[in-house]
Amino acid sequence: MAQLATITKVENVKKKRGVAYRMAKQWDIQLMVLPALLLIFVFAYIPMYGVLMAFQDYSIFNGFWASPWVGFKHFSMFFHSPEFWPIIRNTIIISLLKFCIGFPAPIVLALILNEVRHMVFKRIIQTVSYLPHFLSWVIVAGFTMSILSTDNGSLNILLQKLHLIKEPIGFLGQAEYFWGIIVSTSVWKEIGFGSIVYLAAIAGVNPSLYEAAAMDGAGRIKQIFMITIPSILPVVAIFMILAIGNLLSAGFEDILLLGSNPVLRDVANVIDTYVYRVGITNQRFSYATAVGLFKAVISVGLLTFANMFARRSGNSLW
Amino acid sequence: MHSKSFGDQVFSIFVYVFLILLGFSTFYPFWNGLVVSLNEGMDTALGGITFWPRKWSLENYYVVFRDTRILNAFSISVMRTVVGTILSVLCTAIFAYGMTKKELIGRKYYMLMCIVTMYFGGGLIPTFLVVRGLGLMNSFWVFIIPGLISVWNMIIFRTFFLGLPDGLEESAKIDGCGNWSTFFRIIMPLSGPVIATLGLFTAVAHWNEWFLPSIYITNEKLLPIQSMLQQILSTNIMTEQMSKLDSAAQSRMSAMKSVTTKSLSMATMMVATLPIIAVYPFVQKYFVKGVLVGSLKE
Repeated sequence: MAQLATITKVENVKKKRGVAYRMAKQWDIQLMVLPALLLIFVFAYIPMYGVLMAFQDYSIFNGFWASPWVGFKHFSMFFHSPEFWPIIRNTIIISLLKFCIGFPAPIVLALILNEVRHMVFKRIIQTVSYLPHFLSWVIVAGFTMSILSTDNGSLNILLQKLHLIKEPIGFLGQAEYFWGIIVSTSVWKEIGFGSIVYLAAIAGVNPSLYEAAAMDGAGRIKQIFMITIPSILPVVAIFMILAIGNLLSAGFEDILLLGSNPVLRDVANVIDTYVYRVGITNQRFSYATAVGLFKAVISVGLLTFANMFARRSGNSLW
Repeated sequence: MHSKSFGDQVFSIFVYVFLILLGFSTFYPFWNGLVVSLNEGMDTALGGITFWPRKWSLENYYVVFRDTRILNAFSISVMRTVVGTILSVLCTAIFAYGMTKKELIGRKYYMLMCIVTMYFGGGLIPTFLVVRGLGLMNSFWVFIIPGLISVWNMIIFRTFFLGLPDGLEESAKIDGCGNWSTFFRIIMPLSGPVIATLGLFTAVAHWNEWFLPSIYITNEKLLPIQSMLQQILSTNIMTEQMSKLDSAAQSRMSAMKSVTTKSLSMATMMVATLPIIAVYPFVQKYFVKGVLVGSLKE
């Protein structure tokens, strides 16, 4: 009995010492992963921990450890600032517009592309429409400025040729056009690339379904609504959940680049650009982190909510 | 069975008209930009340049290529793209290979640690402070190190490696290969397509990034071309606004040379876009596959 106890004890000790020992023994594969994990720790986990400074009065001189804790001060400052409601309104309107137009647009494009029988034509349209995805927002903004410019921008030339307007319109300098411009440029950039997944989903639909529908006398439009759309619905659901999680990301680079004109401040200020402005430009680190955290919390909430909704229909993410 | 109803024919016409309009509106901005950049600047200012240059001129490009700031920014972009892509793909692949090993102690925790970062992040300001705290501001390595490991690419690599036949590794082991030499001699040579796909995406992201350099880099000599272009374009907006106030000054300014700010910025944009257009045909072969691999994981 005593002997047995000693043996177990020895084995326990061996196991306890074992983890470090066994890790050292497989140093070659640990060496493959540990440096990478260190980078992830430094550039992802330390900033995550740094989010706590939203509850501090962070100052560069005191650093993270010595700065005083102030609770929800920065949050209430944000909620009571005169900019709060305009920012929330702009964020929600821009992201809803992008969602309502930008989300279905690639699906519609995929459905339409699928109807093209002429393969060369289809290939050309695909090649052209995927291209903008690979350009930076700087380039896209540059194109947008050039096309919409009052100084011989192509759109103004076109509208004048059609006698729709007499004087060129300064599209980028007037608040009422801004949301339309932001939504159209983002659709322009992503519609083609976004359609790839849906095209793949459509390609996976069993062709005998179409044959059966055609036998039953369904035309092509009817086939789209009765067969194609229901078949790709699960894919659509997954992407919709992801899009809902991103609802508060109205867009950052595009708004920053195209909405820099001070005239547009009332319509172009969204949460992300606000974080950038107060945080990087004005160096109010704690306040900006609080605003960013506010957004992140709502986004996680939205994602969870959307997933709950989807789970009921059997298409959940996790 | 009727072959084609009236409704179907109307629908066909709609499909083609819609796609032609879409293709045109996507293609036109590139074409117009190219045309403006190849047209004489003063002539462009007279207006009406749409589909074809009126006065051919390479002067805009001469000016761009003689501008040492732009040339320097271009070479910074090339350097960060080449170094960043090679290092990032290599390190991420090594990481992914390690994560395929069943005997790796702590594998579950490591994986969890990675997946958490896909859903949560520190946000702009805390990340900025960490990067600054590490002394990476105004350093070339700020382009490379923070983005060196991509969890997303690691998962794609790992899935690919797990799909390779087990026998390969076993026979390598019998032949006396350690894990590292198996990786370099057996695994990497078999991973051509996935390396190409992820490498091309990483390269495009490196080439296009402008925002982070604009906050991390204050030394103009280290600015990549996209950030430089952003500065040029935003000063253009300012001059356009100024010209409304004082058009006489503007016309005096542009009368001095045949190159205008507009034609110059168009030429710069074309130079910054060209590498993307040049690799695009090669990317296209791979990206459809890449997108599908990515979305399958979701």
